[in-house]
Amino acid sequence: MTEYHPKYTNTVTKYVFVESPEMTPGDLAIRTYEISQGVMIKETCFGLQITGNEDDVNAIIDHLRKFDPAHIFVKDRGFPPGDSRRCRANLGGARPGYFGHEFEISISRFISKGLEELPKRPIGSVPKPPVPAGSDKLDAKKIQKIIESVET
Amino acid sequence: MAKVFIYPTTSLILSDLVARFGHTPLSAALQIREHIQSPGLESPPLQITPEDPKRGLKWAAVEVPSGVRGRMSLYGPMIDQAEAAIIIHDADFSFGCMGCARTNELIQFLLRKSGIPVLDLRYPRTEEEGIEFVAAIKKFLEELGGGGA
Repeated sequence: MTEYHPKYTNTVTKYVFVESPEMTPGDLAIRTYEISQGVMIKETCFGLQITGNEDDVNAIIDHLRKFDPAHIFVKDRGFPPGDSRRCRANLGGARPGYFGHEFEISISRFISKGLEELPKRPIGSVPKPPVPAGSDKLDAKKIQKIIESVET
Repeated sequence: MAKVFIYPTTSLILSDLVARFGHTPLSAALQIREHIQSPGLESPPLQITPEDPKRGLKWAAVEVPSGVRGRMSLYGPMIDQAEAAIIIHDADFSFGCMGCARTNELIQFLLRKSGIPVLDLRYPRTEEEGIEFVAAIKKFLEELGGGGA
């Protein structure tokens, strides 16, 4: 086994996705370059990956969110951009994790709508979120009651 | 600021909403980052070493396959830290091999067993559901207290 010397230690990498009618990933990149001192930026088809000191990355993201708050989405990434263990340039095919992003970006318009409507909701209104359908299986507590009623 | 476990652990939407409303999302990326930024022996792609299935024994029994125990060495520490959890149940993209499937079941079991507040949801399919989805997450996070937004 060979020794492992990690690259980019003490850094964080964050994905910035933009799915907006008013802002493209290219616009987002230009806005980022304006204020990005000392961080690494990777432009992608969906937005950006930003790698650097945690405080610097968070400051850039706070700045970017202001341009289109309801249509910019951010999440952490474990690997730095271009890492040969994850980059599709080395692996071929879609990057692991791509399908999750593809699915969630396809429904991000509903989330954007929710974020836009949030301030308009009356105070104290009770949300009725989409909940998973209940299981057809017999509930464990119910079956325990049946067993106890038969035993007594 | 509460630490909120998100499931699916790679969810962009949950990670963004939890952070947006002022809390800390506990996602898979944090543990992966810790693994790949720690020096040691090379073990690509995720730097999961033979030590990890041993660490996983804290959350899964010894007769549980090592694939599940290795995965639990990533998720287990986050479950221990979590002060609340948001679970989306119809995440088809989290489908995987038997190791993934059993780990997913074990994660949900451990979250419920720990007694922390859990919000169960499914993905919105319309704009109206999207509005309620976001409002429910905001309300749930507000009730935890300590949020910044």
